Amino acid sequence: MKNMSLVSITDFSREEILHILKLAAKFEANPNQKLLDGKVVGCLFFEPSTRTRLSFETAINRLGGRVIGFSDSSSSSATKGETLKDTIKMVSNYADLIVMRHPLEGSARYAAEQSRVPVINAGDGANQHPTQTLLDLYSIQKTQGKLNDLAIAMVGDLKYGRTVHSLLMAMSHFQPMFYFVAPDELRLPDEYKRFMKKAHIAFHEYRDLNEVINYTDILYMTRVQKERFADPMEYEKVKNAYVLRNEMLSQSRNNLRILHPLPRVNEIHTDVDVNEKAYYFQQAENGVYARMAIIAHILGLA
Amino acid sequence: MNKNKELKVSAIKNGTVIDHIPAQQLFKVISILGLDKIQNQITFGTNLESGQLGHKAIIKVSEKFFEDNEINKIALVAPRAKLNIIRDYEVVEKREVQIPDILVGIVKCVNPKCITNNEEITTRFMVEDKSNVTLKCHYCEKITTSEHFMILK
Repeated sequence: MKNMSLVSITDFSREEILHILKLAAKFEANPNQKLLDGKVVGCLFFEPSTRTRLSFETAINRLGGRVIGFSDSSSSSATKGETLKDTIKMVSNYADLIVMRHPLEGSARYAAEQSRVPVINAGDGANQHPTQTLLDLYSIQKTQGKLNDLAIAMVGDLKYGRTVHSLLMAMSHFQPMFYFVAPDELRLPDEYKRFMKKAHIAFHEYRDLNEVINYTDILYMTRVQKERFADPMEYEKVKNAYVLRNEMLSQSRNNLRILHPLPRVNEIHTDVDVNEKAYYFQQAENGVYARMAIIAHILGLA
Repeated sequence: MNKNKELKVSAIKNGTVIDHIPAQQLFKVISILGLDKIQNQITFGTNLESGQLGHKAIIKVSEKFFEDNEINKIALVAPRAKLNIIRDYEVVEKREVQIPDILVGIVKCVNPKCITNNEEITTRFMVEDKSNVTLKCHYCEKITTSEHFMILK
């Protein structure tokens, strides 16, 4: 049971990923299945993340489970100096499953080792956020009808963006063609390029979004944050190159869908929202079904 | 074996001679092996001339025979160290150190936001590359390379 935790997307094989996506589709078709009846889930959010927490709590509620926990560390005993280990030891005596968000990297792996019950990582600092990756995969599969042989453009902060890194690792099972669009300061780190070369995955790098829009099936947008630039002048020079506007989509493929892990700030102009290719809000909804599937799979209920 | 060099530090009857330690790593090796905390007779020499290393150090520990997993910990700082096992003043066995596949509790993770740097947790790394020593943290998954090694203890 203990080893069924989900800490990193690489904990799941290709087959497990496909199994979870299949389950997610079943939950979407029939969202109210009381598989968690009588079960308690500890939702421990050591830093606030409204979207992720509500998505998990909705998934748990739809499955008929009950939630205990806290939504930021100021209302937990961590402020009294309790160690993560002690909090996990205690909660794992109360709950059947732990969902944890924590600002420190590696905290989820450590919690999984200390816990008597499975732990689902809902984000550990800049390290991993595997449930986001699975909902991204579910959204890609749902909109494209397949996962294999797709052209995927990732845009924005490819250096620090953990969702980009995890999605890249997960998609590597499905022979993608990647286009990476980023300013020089935020290019994809070399370790991921080495990984793709080893796995024989084709990829190309660009600085301008317009170069790839018409040739891709998925446009995965992320935020370019001003704080990431050492020189604010550099940010001013590049920022508009990474903002998507509706008119830029006029020649794009019919099956193109635009994804974004949210929250968006200005990298997708609101005039894109009415375009049928905008998919980021449905993507967030898919998160509930993906998380229902993950919980059911981890607890061995489906 | 070059007898003259061996004799610059007095011979031991039974025990282990650790040779070919880079001179500047001597005290790290002593600390990693916990030699500063044991009661055995220990002699060491440093800044000895060495063709391979420029300046090397050597440690002789009387009545001490190391297990592989114990001695391999020093491979990080002294990858070319050689062990001579001595019984009754004779070298009865020669061994080389090998970098283990997993390193537990020796090196500090380079990532300040790693849980191991914020809570009392024994560090743990997978050794990704043994020749150009590269360590991947079991917890935060960040890479620590040799220029950033900080030995714990």
